[in-house]
This record gives sequence, C-alpha cells and structure tokens, in this order.
Amino acid sequence: MATKAYRTAARLMMAPAVIFLLGWMLVPLIMTLWFSFRNYLPLRGGDQGFAGFDNFVRFVTASAFWPAVGATMLVVVSALLITIVLGVLLAVLLDQPMWGQGIVRILVIAPFFVMPTVSGLVWKNMFLDSVNGLFAHVARFFGTTPVEWIIDKPFASIILIVSWQWLPFATLILLTSIQSLDSEQLEAAEMDGASPIKRFWYLTIPHLSRAITVVLLIETIFMLSIFAEIKMTTAGAFGTKTLSYLIFQRVLESQNVGLGSAGGVYAIILANIVAAFLMRIVGKNLDT
Amino acid sequence: MGKITLNGVRKAFGATDVIPGLDLTIENGEFVVFVGPSGCGKSTLLRLIAGLEDTSGGTIAIDDVDATDLPPAKRGLAMVFQSYALYPHMSVRKNIHFPLKMAGMDPAEAARRVESAAKVLNLTSYLDRKPGQLSGGQRQRVAIGRAIVREPKAFLFDEPLSNLDAALRVNMRQEITELHQSLKTTMIYVTHDQVEAMTMADKIVVLNAGSIEQVGSPLTLYNSPANTFVAGFIGSPKMNLIDGAEAAKHGATTIGVRPEHLDIVPSGGWKGIVGLSEHLGSDTYLKIVTDTVGTVNLRAGGEVMLRPGDKVHVAPQPGKIHRFGPDGKTLA
Amino acid sequence: MTRSVTTRRKTINTAIAWSIGFVIFFPILWTILTSFKTEADAIAFPPKFLFFDWTLENYSVVQDRSNYIRFLWNSIIIAGGSTILGIIIAVPAAWSMAFVPSKWTKDILMWMLSTKMLPAVGVLYPMYLIFIKLGWLDTRIGLVVILMLINLPIIVWMLYTYFKEIPSEILEAARMDGASLKSEILYVLTPMAIPGIASTILLNIILAWNECFWTLNLTAAKAAPLSAFIASYSSPEGLFFAKLSAASTMAIAPILILGWFSQKQLVRGLTFGAVK
Repeated sequence: MATKAYRTAARLMMAPAVIFLLGWMLVPLIMTLWFSFRNYLPLRGGDQGFAGFDNFVRFVTASAFWPAVGATMLVVVSALLITIVLGVLLAVLLDQPMWGQGIVRILVIAPFFVMPTVSGLVWKNMFLDSVNGLFAHVARFFGTTPVEWIIDKPFASIILIVSWQWLPFATLILLTSIQSLDSEQLEAAEMDGASPIKRFWYLTIPHLSRAITVVLLIETIFMLSIFAEIKMTTAGAFGTKTLSYLIFQRVLESQNVGLGSAGGVYAIILANIVAAFLMRIVGKNLDT
Repeated sequence: MGKITLNGVRKAFGATDVIPGLDLTIENGEFVVFVGPSGCGKSTLLRLIAGLEDTSGGTIAIDDVDATDLPPAKRGLAMVFQSYALYPHMSVRKNIHFPLKMAGMDPAEAARRVESAAKVLNLTSYLDRKPGQLSGGQRQRVAIGRAIVREPKAFLFDEPLSNLDAALRVNMRQEITELHQSLKTTMIYVTHDQVEAMTMADKIVVLNAGSIEQVGSPLTLYNSPANTFVAGFIGSPKMNLIDGAEAAKHGATTIGVRPEHLDIVPSGGWKGIVGLSEHLGSDTYLKIVTDTVGTVNLRAGGEVMLRPGDKVHVAPQPGKIHRFGPDGKTLA
Repeated sequence: MTRSVTTRRKTINTAIAWSIGFVIFFPILWTILTSFKTEADAIAFPPKFLFFDWTLENYSVVQDRSNYIRFLWNSIIIAGGSTILGIIIAVPAAWSMAFVPSKWTKDILMWMLSTKMLPAVGVLYPMYLIFIKLGWLDTRIGLVVILMLINLPIIVWMLYTYFKEIPSEILEAARMDGASLKSEILYVLTPMAIPGIASTILLNIILAWNECFWTLNLTAAKAAPLSAFIASYSSPEGLFFAKLSAASTMAIAPILILGWFSQKQLVRGLTFGAVK
C-alpha cells in the first residue's frame, strides 16, 4: 500500500488541513498569551507595558472569580447529572418494544437541533416570563403566584434550558450503546434467575459506563463554554456569570484585554485537562 | 515477454526483515506458484513484483528491463486479488472496461475487447449487472476478465480461490489452468494450499520466513525435497519424519517416509496399534502408534478393514526413504 | 430479542414513551403554533392550544420589517460555504490518513480533534483583532473561514472513518489497472464514498447553521446569519411573542428536518468513535 511515491503524495495531501489547523491553534493562542502578560486597555490607549503575572493573579483574586467558578460548577454538574440520569432512563425506555418508536425518537432528539439563541429566547419569554409565560399561566391556573424565573431562580432557568438542549445528545449516544448490548448476555442472566432490576444494575449499567464517560466528557467540554443561552436569558446577571461569560465580559464589554486574556488562558488549560481524558478514550478506540 | 528476474530482493518493514534477500528467475510463459505457510512472505513478494510495495533492496527486472522503481501502472502486469477487489459502483462491463479507459484506448476497440473477454469467461449475460448481484465464482471471473483485457506481460494471482467453497474451488482451479494453456502468458500464483500448487504449477517456489527453500517442478519437489521443510510441506498427509535410532540405522539424523509409501505387512517392520482410522472408500487413512518410531500416518488405497485398537505391522517401501542430515538438508 | 411481547406491555411502553416525547418536544411545538397566532392570542390566558384564529401575519411582518430573507441567505452561504471549503481541505487529508497511514497518523488525528475543544472565549480578542486587520469583520467570508476552522476536525474525522470502511484492495486494483492518483480518487474513491461524504456534509451544515458564538460576536448588520438575527429579539419593543415564534420557526425548521435524517451521523461525528 505504501510506496515512496504514495507516501510523498500523502504528506502533501495532509498539508493544507494541518497548516490551517496549526495556524488556527498557534496564532490566536500566542496572541492571547501575549496579551495576558501585558496591561492592555484599549479604551485607555491600548498596550501599556509588561504586566508580569499581574493579570493572572488579579483574575483569580478578583471578587468575581470564585463566584464564577461556583456558577460554572453548578450549571455544568447539574446539567450533567440531569442529562445523564434522564438520558439513561430514556435510552432504556426507547429500547423497549413499542409502536412508533421512530416518531418518539424524532420528538426526543429535536431540541438538540434548535439553535441556542432561539432556545434561550423562547424559553425566557414564552415559558419563563412571569407575566406572559406559559409557566406563569399554569401557576395562576393552580392559584399560586408565578415564579420570577429569570430573576429569582436564574440558575434553575439556565440549567433547565441547557439540560433540555443536551438531553437528546445523551439519550442518542446511550441508546446507541444500549442497542449494542448483546441480548444473549441478558437472556443468559434471565435464565440464571436475575430480576429485571438486577439485570439493569449488573449488566446494562456497566456496559453503558463507557458511553456515559464519553457523554460526560464531551458535554463537559461544550458546557464549559456555553454562551448564547446565558446571553439571551440573564446576560450574566443574578450571579450566573460562568467562567466563560466572565472572560467574555472582561474582554469585550469592560475592555480589559490583558485581564480577559489571562482568564482565557485559564479556560484553555481547564478545557485541555478535560480533553486529555477524552482523548485517552478516543485513542484507545483508534487502536482497535 | 513475461520474463521476470529478481536479484537480491529485500523487504523490511521497520526493523523487521520480512524478506532477507532473494533471487529468482521466472521464464516467459511459466505458471509459477509461490507456496508456503502463513507469514512466509509470499504475498509480500507478489506485491513487490506488482509494484504495490517498494523494495528495501535489490532489483526487479521485467523482460530484462529494470522495473524496480516503476509504479504499478507502468509495469504491464495485471493482478487478481483475493477479495477480487471489483469496483462495486460499476457494472461488470465498466469494471472490465476500466483499465482500458485508464490506458486511453479508443472506445470502440475497448468495447470490442470487453466483449471478447466476456465471451471467453462466460460473462456476456452478466455484463450489465453490478458486482453485488453476482455469485462468488462470477465475481472471480470478472476479476480475471479485468486482468485479461489488458493483455499484460504476466498475471499475478493472490490466493484467488480461498474465498470459494470447495466444489467451486476445484472448478475454478481447472478454469485457470485452461486459461493458461490458451493464453500461454506468464502466471504467478500465490497460495497456501499445496494441492493447488501441485496441480497447477509448472514450477513451484517454496517459501519460508522470506527465503526460498526450494524451486522446482511439482514432481521434483515431491520426489526429491531439498530439506525437511519442503518434505513436510509438499504432500498431504504430511511425510512422516522419524528421528533417533531408526534414522541412525540409515546413516541420517532424520528419515522421512510418505504415508502413501508405507505398507501394511504381515510381520516384521514396525509394530504398532491403530490409533485412528478414517475410511473414505477410495482411500483409508490410519494413524498408528508404533512401539519404536513414534506415531506414523499411513495411507492405503481402497478399503482396509482396520479399526482403532487393532495390532498392525507397517514397513516403508524400498527406495522411498528420504534421508536428512542434522541441518535438515537432504543427504545425497 | 425475538420473544413475543405482550400487547399490554407494548401499549404501556408506547403510552409512556409518547408522553415523554411529547413533553420534550412541547416547547418546539408551542413555538410553531404560536407563530400562527395574533400577538394577543400569543399571551392569552388561559393559553390557546389549537383553537384560535390562525394567521400568517407574523411571517410577513418578520420578512417586511427586518428582511428575514437576507439573514436566511447569510446562514445558507456561511453554513454551506464553510462546509464545502472544509470538505475540499479534508478529503485529501482523510485519504492520506486512511490509506497511507504512518506512525504519526493517530497522533495527528487526535491533535486535530483536540483543536475542537479550544474554548472560543479564550481566543476571542485575538480573532477580533485579526478580523479587523483583514477587513473580515461583519463579512460572510470571515465567518466562512472561521466556521470552517472550528468544524474541520469533525469533517476530517468523519471522512476518515468512512474512508476506512473502503477496502484498500479496491484502490490497489485501480492502481494495477493503470489509474493515476487523481483517477483513483476521482473514479473509484469518491463514487464509493459518496454516502459518507453526504452524511458529513449534512452534519456539518447543521453544526455551522446553529453556531452561536462567533456568529454573534463577529457580525453586525451585513453578514449576520439567522442565529444573530434571532438574538436581536432579546430587546424587543412591545408585544412580540408571535413574531419571535415566527422568526424562530423559520430559523429552526430547515435544521429540524435535516436533523431528522442525521441521527446516525451525529453519533459518529460527535463522539469521535469512542462509542460504537
């Protein structure tokens, strides 16, 4: 398969993709790194000299930092829990014999294909709005006062929206994994006298653990940088500034590029740590 | 045309020398079979000749012209792959036409060649079907058709029959041999099946771990194997190889007797008990556990009414004992 | 399992599954329905589900007042353009990784995938500066390039997995038949890989269409695609639920339909082979 002529051709053919991605990786990253070490305030005249590690220190000692970390963890962990637990249950349900399974799948998968700006605005206004939203109508129907979702329960709102968007992804992946579970294994267990719950716990869940791990890692990577959902609903107010949103505000809204870039470096390091775990699993699979 | 010469051909994958260094001449019009156990390098050798892999050393010449650095397209060879490698999205006609299209042949002339190749191979009624709609044997023929139509200097076959069932294999074996008789083009055929080798070849090349153990006609290899490896590889069931005192009696480290050259004698020879017996009607195979020379296999024509547990005496036919020295090579 | 299941159990499963599916789908359904209501009906209490005066006025208002077609066109160009550009760059790369692998192929592939995990916010300002320098701010070409870059790893990955399913012997047969590299890719590989290439295009159009970070931050009035257009409804004047619904329905409808066809591709493309 590999003659010298072909190997040379192969290297040439890979070049454009590698060069583009290398450029995409290095150029902005190096610039961010550069900015993070400088006092860069565009509104006050731009580059004001070397800042050493000041930006890095200031970012984590700023009063907004730890709340942002807390907000990020709250949103990500809650959304992960909800999507994975419900995802497993939904996947098991969809694997059962029923009529119209294809249609149910479409209904369940749909939210993933809604763009985040639409989903943010639709939820904020048409469901969660305390005057005209559907939830408010339902509350009034039952005689209770409607909840001011965005203002009083901002985290619940965001977690609700994010979970709604990502539940289909988790369900689809877990359903694919369940369907690859050897039915003979389950039948053998049944013949050995295991109840459905025992079969679920001792056979299905361990088989799913690989898929659950993958879902966990991929969702974490994408949820760490959710943006549009927050911008459309709370815009970071009421304590919902996640780390990503904090950095965004520092950079574009308050225009302290040096500080924002330092935050960006932290975000990149964090994402890389999670990515390393995911890549280990991908790498193992590539070997097979 | 169709003479292929290999000189000092070497192939290494990374640090492993799969073929340490090999010389071989294939004359024009010969049907040469590369045979050997799995991993002996026979397929690699074929691919080196085809140009699908680069050599790590040595030269390959086609009709005395150095072809070592030529790409496959320019060597004038045609290959039939083990999985046939037909183009699934093209009809049979387009499959066979493809090499001619690549050669830029005049479409009318090309169409003519496709029709005549199809006729030779009984494919005319299938020309507009796709490979997915054909049986294994038909696909095999399309692969051959695709090779024939190029009128190559030599045909290369890479274990073409191993995907077919037994009955079909016998048929196709004969068809390929007949093809060689009518085309008279050089054919290089790789197989692990020594029956195919014995029945089809003008010349057999026995390979082991990348080196040639022996080159010769089928009967030469059968009657005069150069060493224990060839002796044990050619012939089925395998030749019985016996060490120790019995071998020393004949002045050798190992002696060998083929199962078909062992006779059942009323007394004398080697005494033993029948372990297994297989009765095919046309032949009988007996596995005999002897007292002195270990377990031997015996093949007798017709039906022999012996069963496991029976006592028996066996003796080799005179002149059919092969003698091997300590290095495994045949003694003169 | 080929055992016969009781009809009763099947009915229960069906009832539960359809109910849950309905609940999950409800927000989308409600949006579509509301797009056909008057603004008054849209906020009416008790809420009107199916029985109201259906009207198309919202759709025409959205188009007339804000030239929806332009944003739609931007989305099409940006999603389509970035996907096609990505395919052109990715096909040769995937070919070489699938058919002429070297000892670095796996590492390069994994590195490419890891570039997708870069948090966009970390390179926002540099990209902003670069775009200003190149004059790409609020242009479609700028977005085409950046969306191509963020999706290129997925395109390469998916093509790689599809190419690997093609037996390399068939390409070798083409070589023996005298095909040059170009002929081999054109006449043999591409026709065989068309389903895989189509699937990759499908998934990537969806991902590019729904992208909501760069499309929001690097565009203004001229190049804004639908994602940014919808964002402009976050500070509306007066009653606007029905109009929001109409705009939203038009923005998500194409993708919902495409998404229906692309479930398998989703799993393949976004889990990087870690789940079979």
